[in-house]
Amino acid sequence: MSIEQQPTTDLEKSHLRALAEQAVERALAAGACDAEAVAFAGEEFAVHVRLGQVEQLTESGSRAIGLRVFFDSPAAGSSEPAQRTASTSTSDLTEDGLKRLVDGAVGLAKVTGADPFAGLPDRELLAHPSARAIDDLCLYFDDVDAIPAKERIDIARRCEASALSFDTRIQNSVGADFDASTAHRVMVNSRGFRGEYRRSYCGFSVTPIAQDASGAMQRDYWYSSARAARLLDSPESVGRKAAERALRRLGARRVPTQKCPVVYAPEVARSLMGNLLSAADGDSIYRNASMFAGKLGEQVAGENITMVDDGTLVFEHSLSGDKLLGDGEGTLRVGGFGTSPYDGDGLATRRTVVIERGILKSLMLNTYTGRKLNMASTGKASRGLAGAPGIGGGNYFLEPGTLTPDEIISDIPQGLYVLSTMGFGVNLVNGDYSLGVSGLWIDGGELAYPVEEITIAGNLKDMFRNVSAIANDLEFRGSGAVPTVRIEGMTVAGS
Amino acid sequence: MAAAPHTLAPEVLDHKRWFFSHLGLSERLFERCLGEALSAGGDFADLYFEAVTSTSLGIDEGILKTAAQGISVGCGIRVLSGERTGFAYTDDLSPERLLKAARTAALIASGPQTQRVQGFQEVSTPQLYPIAGFSSDAELSTKIALIERADKAARAFDPRITQVRAGLNDELRRILIAASDGTYAADTQPLARFNVFVIAKDSQNTARGTSGGGGRVTLDFFDGDKGPEHYAREAARTAILQLGAVAAPAGEMEVVLGPGWPGVLLHEAVGHGLEADFNRKKTSAFSGLIGQQVASSKVTVVDNGTMPGRRGSLNVDDEGNPTQETVLIENGILRGYLSDKLSSKLMGMPNTGSGRRESYQAIPMPRMTNTYMLNGEDDPGDIIKSVKRGLYAVNFGGGQVDITNGKFVFSASEAYLIEDGKVTAPVKGATLVGNGPEALKHVSMVGNDLALDEGIGTCGKAGQSVPVGVGMPTIKLDRMTVGGTGR
Repeated sequence: MSIEQQPTTDLEKSHLRALAEQAVERALAAGACDAEAVAFAGEEFAVHVRLGQVEQLTESGSRAIGLRVFFDSPAAGSSEPAQRTASTSTSDLTEDGLKRLVDGAVGLAKVTGADPFAGLPDRELLAHPSARAIDDLCLYFDDVDAIPAKERIDIARRCEASALSFDTRIQNSVGADFDASTAHRVMVNSRGFRGEYRRSYCGFSVTPIAQDASGAMQRDYWYSSARAARLLDSPESVGRKAAERALRRLGARRVPTQKCPVVYAPEVARSLMGNLLSAADGDSIYRNASMFAGKLGEQVAGENITMVDDGTLVFEHSLSGDKLLGDGEGTLRVGGFGTSPYDGDGLATRRTVVIERGILKSLMLNTYTGRKLNMASTGKASRGLAGAPGIGGGNYFLEPGTLTPDEIISDIPQGLYVLSTMGFGVNLVNGDYSLGVSGLWIDGGELAYPVEEITIAGNLKDMFRNVSAIANDLEFRGSGAVPTVRIEGMTVAGS
Repeated sequence: MAAAPHTLAPEVLDHKRWFFSHLGLSERLFERCLGEALSAGGDFADLYFEAVTSTSLGIDEGILKTAAQGISVGCGIRVLSGERTGFAYTDDLSPERLLKAARTAALIASGPQTQRVQGFQEVSTPQLYPIAGFSSDAELSTKIALIERADKAARAFDPRITQVRAGLNDELRRILIAASDGTYAADTQPLARFNVFVIAKDSQNTARGTSGGGGRVTLDFFDGDKGPEHYAREAARTAILQLGAVAAPAGEMEVVLGPGWPGVLLHEAVGHGLEADFNRKKTSAFSGLIGQQVASSKVTVVDNGTMPGRRGSLNVDDEGNPTQETVLIENGILRGYLSDKLSSKLMGMPNTGSGRRESYQAIPMPRMTNTYMLNGEDDPGDIIKSVKRGLYAVNFGGGQVDITNGKFVFSASEAYLIEDGKVTAPVKGATLVGNGPEALKHVSMVGNDLALDEGIGTCGKAGQSVPVGVGMPTIKLDRMTVGGTGR
């Protein structure tokens, strides 16, 4: 099987790009001062296996195009520039569909209000990603498509079988999935920006159900995902890990309400510390809808906190070890899940130290929110098919510490090790934080027994200052990575 | 509560006609595709055509900044073979592409054709909602006027309101289902939702407030008593209230839930656990509990997809079956599950018309529609008076459940302390946590003030979002865990 990266260069002048260019040209012909189009084509494969049988098999492709148009519209009697803008999207790529896309956007723009901050980025700020630079980000691997459907089904089966055979207390399963997708993205604007690239993804997961003698059930999951099939873990190892995770939840009980240290496992630490970036989101900052509004340059977290967002990361992954395709040799350069050649405004992606030693150093800004705050964009625009770009980072991580996770736990007399959180009780406006959790109780520095049906609560402003330890177990399993962290003084509510 | 069914001219009621005239489809083509889908030996196949137009308008800082329109058209083709589902979709509706998708989905089975396509039997559809389009220019200006009214009303509410965003999202979804068992149905489903988001700020605190509502309604719905001013005042009122909120208590206590949206408790605590697919696979904490006591005898819960104009209502589900009112829990006893075609066939249970899907790109599964608890006999005032020390929660952000162990959470966004039978200080947001098969056993009082939510709910399951409704009268739970930080 070849794992050569498919060069992006052969995509030049693709049909998709021609469509996007046409949409922009037609919008300009209809009087728009600027226009921007994105086009997307994707292929999807998904199989769901349960108890060894294929339950669902999906194989399909889709395409769509989205357009934004801008019209100059200075306020009456003012020379200050301002623009009206509107957007449309469609999955109908016929001539009729394209016409409706353009006419719709132009028509809608008539009713919107003039906004002095609206508009495409200045020409000189736009990225000009060369085909070679895009290839260097290593976002697309054709081995994702090369695995035959039969083998993909087999991977899901093997993964589930490994979980089911791990322990007699595992007799049932929510199932195992294998997914593979490739996408081709194009963005074009009237200020000369032309971007086009492909990306690949594949992954599998399993969710076994463990049941104890009382009949009580617990489920948990594990997964492996990658841009290249060769980097996937072996299905058996993923199945075993999922089984262990489900089993350790059996017999979970409640604990009394109390204040105690809380240790977050990496999977949950990731979303907890990800709140640092969400609170630095330029959109919330300019609205005063974030606890970090007006705090640029100030201490917002403990001195041990350094948080980086980097849309350019390329990893050197080892091909050896317990892999799907066996123990390989050498390394493979692979772009992170959050890596892209340009942001949703067409600006270069970059590395941004958002929090440095607890000080809010930089904000997550796209072009619009940068203008609102009289600052330069930090290249964090995210662009979907429809609407104006939002804010979205690339890859993010919390700088790791030196202790092992065990060392972090070892001096906690009574505390909580959190494995999963439930609910939406995180308020970034004032920092209020309250979530349902399950995990393991720490007794005398050791993980003692599983707990559930309890909550943890605090205020993020305090929690970020009360991170008393950060472990050394930083590992990128998705676009964000945060090691095990320990927080003091939170309230656990239970029985 | 909800808009009355509208009277429509007969030709408008032929929801199928649009697909023939606009997309060039024909019954002959449906038969060919279904024949192709069954060619490898599948037991059943269906075609799901969907065309959605959506519009989104939003005012922000007093400027109409957002105006967006989207069009999505496609077809999902499904083949069932025993417990297996083969699925493919296409956004290109040419006969070649449709037949190719049918052949891809057919691959789930492997053998000679065993089933024939039955003659189409039209499913007659009720008229639970109007189908007037939302997207003409005149309607665009009407919508903008509504949004501007909300912006003004929120700002006028209190000088501490510093940021206002208001928006109106609406869509018109046309569906046509043709299945090899002869099911042949179509529907045209409007959906609108008004949203207001505000930030309040005083010298010490900042707080947010949100409000919204709508349903399967026409624009004139928003000119009634549930108009822009109503949503604006609600959002502003909650934000101002939060400025002065104290820490929520922590631990187990008596909890009173107000009427309406707090019914999200039912959705999470029991609703998901009663979806037939989970029970067929024995992955739900409710598996095998039919006929057993799962709630106090005061509790009766139904799922009802037939309420006129409601957000969760449907004339037919996404498999072409009429929706219905299904009793889930009757006087505390678990009575039934929500099922779709596959689950009802495999479990030998009635199909409750609960097969729903997010779009043509997704496979249908059993889902809720409008889920609510019926009225009891208690006076809401008496319920509050009966509590010595507890929490009175009247509004929620959302909830989540792990259907396997039954644990659920839901997050209160507006709540108060109850002290000696009186509602006192507002408290900050707090998560409430419980165990599905146990929580409703602690319901000791049920009010006589049943209300449904304002039309804001979206339910997610296996990555698919669908609009739903919830409802409840005021109820008292003798104990529930509240996840605050206070005492």
